[in-house]
Amino acid sequence: MMASEKLFGLHATALQLRSQRMMMLASNIANAATPNYKARDLDFSKALDLAQQGGSTEGAISYRVPVQASLDGNTVEMATEQTAFAENALAYRSSLSFLSGRVNTLTRAIKGE
Amino acid sequence: MNGNFSVFDISGRAMSAQLVRLNTTASNLANAGTTAGSEAGAYRSLKPVFRTVMDGQGRATVQIDQVTTSKMAPSKRHDPSNPLADQDGNVWEAAVDSAAELVEMVETARQYQNNVQVLETAKGLINETLRMGQ
Repeated sequence: MMASEKLFGLHATALQLRSQRMMMLASNIANAATPNYKARDLDFSKALDLAQQGGSTEGAISYRVPVQASLDGNTVEMATEQTAFAENALAYRSSLSFLSGRVNTLTRAIKGE
Repeated sequence: MNGNFSVFDISGRAMSAQLVRLNTTASNLANAGTTAGSEAGAYRSLKPVFRTVMDGQGRATVQIDQVTTSKMAPSKRHDPSNPLADQDGNVWEAAVDSAAELVEMVETARQYQNNVQVLETAKGLINETLRMGQ
């Protein structure tokens, strides 16, 4: 854990959290038609703070407050979820390119190019 | 029963649930306008009931809990020329609301597409992660 922390910095943790958030948003989209389903989301910056302190990210998960409540008790709003999902996928990709760059740098250093 | 869901479990199961919903809609529309000789024998529209399935990690997918029949009553119509009519000349028409079924069909298709999109994006990201540093 410590070694990878030194090599990859924040981005390894960030990628893991982005993946976790992607799962939660996928869960919300999957349950778009389930009565009484309450959408949940991960507050990324809070989760990153918690993860850096070595704690569980459970405290960063919260229920979504719907813009307009629906009669069947479902709080999934497609527009919100899709925007969050797209934003999260982009952030995942940027974390990934930081990591990729780091790996390339290290590979070059090892080869002595 | 519930291990840790991957994104393929989450979206895949949601897609099959939506497919069941689409199948019931298709059955309902196919039977719209059919008649029967008794109230009990008339077709009643099918409605799937969705239920959330959670894993231990705060992820959730959906499954079909049961497929119920609608409480809407078949409508009685006086039509003595119908070969299915009872001795009073009445037939019962299937309890299907075609407009509602069409709306249901469009909504199901959109939600199915959403899940496909999620799966495609997630698959792309996983592939990119596999190629990290190459």
